[in-house]
Amino acid sequence: MRISHDEISKTAALARLAMSDDDVSNMASQLDRILGYIAKLNELDTTGVKPANHAIDIHNALREDEVQPSLKQAEALANAPRQNGEAFVVPKIVG
Amino acid sequence: MELFEQTIHQLRGLLDQGRISAVELTRDVMARMDAVEGRITAYITETRDEALAQAVRADKIIAAGNGSALTGIPLAIKDVLCTKGVRTTCGSKILESFVPPYDATVISRIKAEGAVLLGKVSMDEFAMGSSNETCPYCVPRNPWNTAHICGGSSGGSAAAVAAGEAVASLGSDTGGSVRQPASHCGVVGLKPTYGRVSRFGLLAFASSLDQVGPLTRDVRDSALMLNAIAGYDPRDSTSIHQTVPDYTLALQDGLQGLKIGIPGEYFASGLTPEVEEAVNNGIKLLTEAGAEAVEVSLPHTEYGVAAYYIIAPAEASSNLARYDGVKYGYRDMDAESLAEMYMNSRSQGFGPEVKRRILIGTYALSSGYYDAYYKKASQVRTLIMADYRQAFEKCDLLVSPVTPAPAWELGARMDDPLSMYLSDALTICTNLAGLPGISVPCGFSPGGLPIGFQIQAPHFQEERLFRAAYNLEQRAGIVGRRPEIV
Repeated sequence: MRISHDEISKTAALARLAMSDDDVSNMASQLDRILGYIAKLNELDTTGVKPANHAIDIHNALREDEVQPSLKQAEALANAPRQNGEAFVVPKIVG
Repeated sequence: MELFEQTIHQLRGLLDQGRISAVELTRDVMARMDAVEGRITAYITETRDEALAQAVRADKIIAAGNGSALTGIPLAIKDVLCTKGVRTTCGSKILESFVPPYDATVISRIKAEGAVLLGKVSMDEFAMGSSNETCPYCVPRNPWNTAHICGGSSGGSAAAVAAGEAVASLGSDTGGSVRQPASHCGVVGLKPTYGRVSRFGLLAFASSLDQVGPLTRDVRDSALMLNAIAGYDPRDSTSIHQTVPDYTLALQDGLQGLKIGIPGEYFASGLTPEVEEAVNNGIKLLTEAGAEAVEVSLPHTEYGVAAYYIIAPAEASSNLARYDGVKYGYRDMDAESLAEMYMNSRSQGFGPEVKRRILIGTYALSSGYYDAYYKKASQVRTLIMADYRQAFEKCDLLVSPVTPAPAWELGARMDDPLSMYLSDALTICTNLAGLPGISVPCGFSPGGLPIGFQIQAPHFQEERLFRAAYNLEQRAGIVGRRPEIV
């Protein structure tokens, strides 16, 4: 299993992570080793095995749709790097 | 024995008899922090003023005769749990100034009991690590030998409890993160059944694996802590509606009629001789106490690490997408566009191990690779769960080492992520199957480092864990042994 520098760069872009060329080549050699180890899973024939996404069977955890106490606006905004008292403020999105 | 070295249940007696006050106890533990924190560095944030105010309130509760197990007991909280009004970093620079507007459910519960919260303790960044060395704030040292790692990711919790800087602690366990540091620091660490304890307010790493658990000085304290935090929470849709027993009642039972399974795969290779010897001695003590040992097989154990290092990073890559610099957490204030803000905030805020796992997870979930990686790993997870079901037809509990070796030296595995991942080989399958597991001290290496004994049980059978762990603890001859911190 070899992962190309191009694949690393594409994956990093998907994850919104900036990487320098050095980061990419460093990461490539680490991921090669890790994914090489993970390829061990291919020793197992899993044809017809149902994938498990949860360890405990829980179906439809439903509740009544009732109004409950929740955060006040000021509390919800308090940790924002930038806000105007009513909304989160971010750099301009549309021109 | 000094106050700061005692257990919750010992201190409970002293507090309820009026021989000490919660304020005196809290001051005593703080004096201990003054004495050793410089060498241990377990705390990211100390909350001494709040702790003293909580101790004053606890004394009033006790005076009124309304004290319960944790009233007035000074605790340390892993910095992965939201604490209202107290900074919660998750061991990451990206949350350096995050002050949660609410308490995690487990925090509300221990506060309701009148517990005293000393502060937030160190952890690997986003709980990703096995040595606590990925924390950018402080790397806790092993109190038994400060040149060695304390384990991770709940390393600050284990180090603080072992060093006398807190009576007990709450940590979290996604692949062994409570049991492994507990083993390395000579304390008791419990990972409850998935769904037994609410995850509301626990900063998410891998949501299908994460579970909050206590680190304590002995097994009785572990049962007391679980009594306080277990139970259904409407705010966590994966928590389970099931009665919470008084877990301390399980400590009265002997081991007659109990079948302990010894999974050969956990002893197959790579154990250091001192770990093998200490764990075999632990098994002997359990059989002398009346348990019957049977050999069992968990044939897919060796695939656990590989499956975990797809599933956990996949879930993490999704969970950590929320750190975008918009609503909370670090933002690159100089970014001129939204895309640049996302990119720069995440790239500057996350450390190398977190980025590595986000990349692995994103890659494994990306178009064209999903079946080969995520689906395959999830199928192997099914096989691992089936192994356990078959083993538990032959035995009530599984016993094994927690880690292949005692705590290694600081720095020794930092340049080799894969060797770090492989050190979790014996704890990871428990999480993949959602089972409860405990690490209880069973011995020491010739070099004086603690060695833990792992017990795993079927879903919701924590009482069996406590029963066996308590019997082992009482026979292992190391109760009350505390480190000399040099």
